[in-house]
This record gives sequence, C-alpha cells and structure tokens, in this order.
Amino acid sequence: MTRRTRLGTFVAAGAALAVLFVWALTGLHAFGDFQGEYGRILNRTAGSQRHVTNVVAAIVFDYRGFDTLGEESILFAAVIGIALLLREARDEGERRIDVVRSDFIRAVGLFAVGPTVLVGLYVIAHGYLTPGGAFQGGVATASGLVLLYAAGRYRAYRAASPKAMVDLVEGTGIGTYTALGVASLAVGSAYLANVVDLGTKGTLASGGTIPILNAASALAVIAAVVLICHEFLEELMTPA
Amino acid sequence: MIPLQAMTIALVGLGGLAVVSVRDPLRQAIVLGIYGLTLILLFVVLQAPDVALSEIVVSSVAFPFILLTALAKMRDRR
Repeated sequence: MTRRTRLGTFVAAGAALAVLFVWALTGLHAFGDFQGEYGRILNRTAGSQRHVTNVVAAIVFDYRGFDTLGEESILFAAVIGIALLLREARDEGERRIDVVRSDFIRAVGLFAVGPTVLVGLYVIAHGYLTPGGAFQGGVATASGLVLLYAAGRYRAYRAASPKAMVDLVEGTGIGTYTALGVASLAVGSAYLANVVDLGTKGTLASGGTIPILNAASALAVIAAVVLICHEFLEELMTPA
Repeated sequence: MIPLQAMTIALVGLGGLAVVSVRDPLRQAIVLGIYGLTLILLFVVLQAPDVALSEIVVSSVAFPFILLTALAKMRDRR
C-alpha cells in the first residue's frame, strides 16, 4: 500500500469514526447521572440488611458472592497456567547473582517491607468497614514480600515464602470460600447465603459470612500473587 | 462536572498520550506508573475509593512487576 492510499484510508476511517463518536457522545446521559436502580437500592438497604459500612464489600462477598468465587477461580487458573507454562527446562543450576548495589535503595526498600505488609493486612481486615478488601490488601501484602527481592535478595524472598506453604495457603483460601457456600446449603439456605450472625455494624465483628469470605479471598489473593512472582522471578534468575 | 473532575479527566488524557508517545519499553513502564497515578486521582475525585485502591496495587505493583521482569528477561536473551 502506498503512503498516499494509506493516508486516504486513514482520513476516511478517522472521519467516519469521529462522526460516530460525536453521535454517540450526544446520546449519553449527563455526567454523573446514574441510571442503576440496583445500586441505589443497595446503598439504602445494604447497611441495615448486612450490618456492614462498606456497601462494595457487601456486594462482592454477599449479594454477588458467587461472582467473586468465579473471579477467585480465574486467579487460581491464571496461577496454574503460569506455573505450567514456565515450568519447562528449569534446573537448579547456576544462578544469576543479584545484588542491589545502592545502599539507599536497600535500606529504604527493606525498611518498607514491614509497613507494606501491615498496611496490606489492615486494608484486608477492614475491607467491609472502609474501602479496601481482599484483593487490594492481598496484592499489597504480597508486594511487601516481593520487596524482599526488589530491595534485598532473591534468596530472602524465597526463604520468606516457602512454596509448599504458599500452595497450602492458596488452596485453603479457595477451599474455605467454596466450603462456606456448601455449609450454607447444609443449613438449608441458598449457596453462599449469609447464614452467620450479623454482629454489630461498624465493628470488626459484623457482616456475618462477609468477613470470613473476605479473609478466605485474601489468603487466595496473597498466595496467588506470591506464586506468580515466584514463577516470574524463577524464570528471570535462571540464565537463558 | 466540577472543575476538579474536568482537570483530572484531562490529566488522564495527557497521561495516556504520554504513555503511547514514549518508545522505549523500559521508560514506557515507568511512564505507565505515572499514568496509573492520574487514574488513581480520577477515581478518588469521582468518589470510588475501592477502585482507587485496586488501581494503586495494579498500576504500582502487579503491572510494573510483570513488565519489568519480562523486559529484564528479554534483555538477557539479546
């Protein structure tokens, strides 16, 4: 294709796209005009119905708890996929030497490990009271561990997260989530129905099954991120 | 739309432009982090703190990690 026809095609396609785009824009609702009736209903009722102060958590771990199980499974499948894909041709031979040369980066990075893990756990623990929850806090917690590699040594990261233990945590997370759903079936409710005492709104002991599912998801997320990092770093540390 | 919202949306637009106008993948990874920061600001301004928190961990941890390890590995091969 010559430069001329290419330009012509681009101008024609761009013009058509621009027209459609403007047309679509004029048909939009006004900025901030929210049409979701479901959201409005939940904002009104979730607090008194589920005794949580973060409606998002009530949706994720209760009203749409089954969807979250699906999302956990996607993460789980991703971990398995990465592990299978990167497994080939890897032997415990020579390792690349990884040294963080800057004392400053090492000092600041290693100092940040504790606070990062703490913030992550805090975000998880208060997920149904304030913004945050299993995913956000889980990735933050795992990133605290990854800092051990980024600012310290690969071996320190490996030592802090033994593979067998992380595998166990991953399975426990997913397993608890699934089992809780079955447990609510056993007491005669729907799958993943909130069957536990709802507790006092605004305290850590509130929300019934929401805190349990939140904790189970957090375990799964932390372990998944740590395992993905394991695989990537393993690949990186093995010389090509 | 209040001015603060308009400003943040414009910032996100500029951030996106900055990402695609950088050619070197390593620099792009860094600029992408800054672009993530503008998105975080937008979510906070639009009062979606849960999404903002997710964006923080995705754009400052998960995405750069995967990009940087992949880039490091590719540099190895060359």
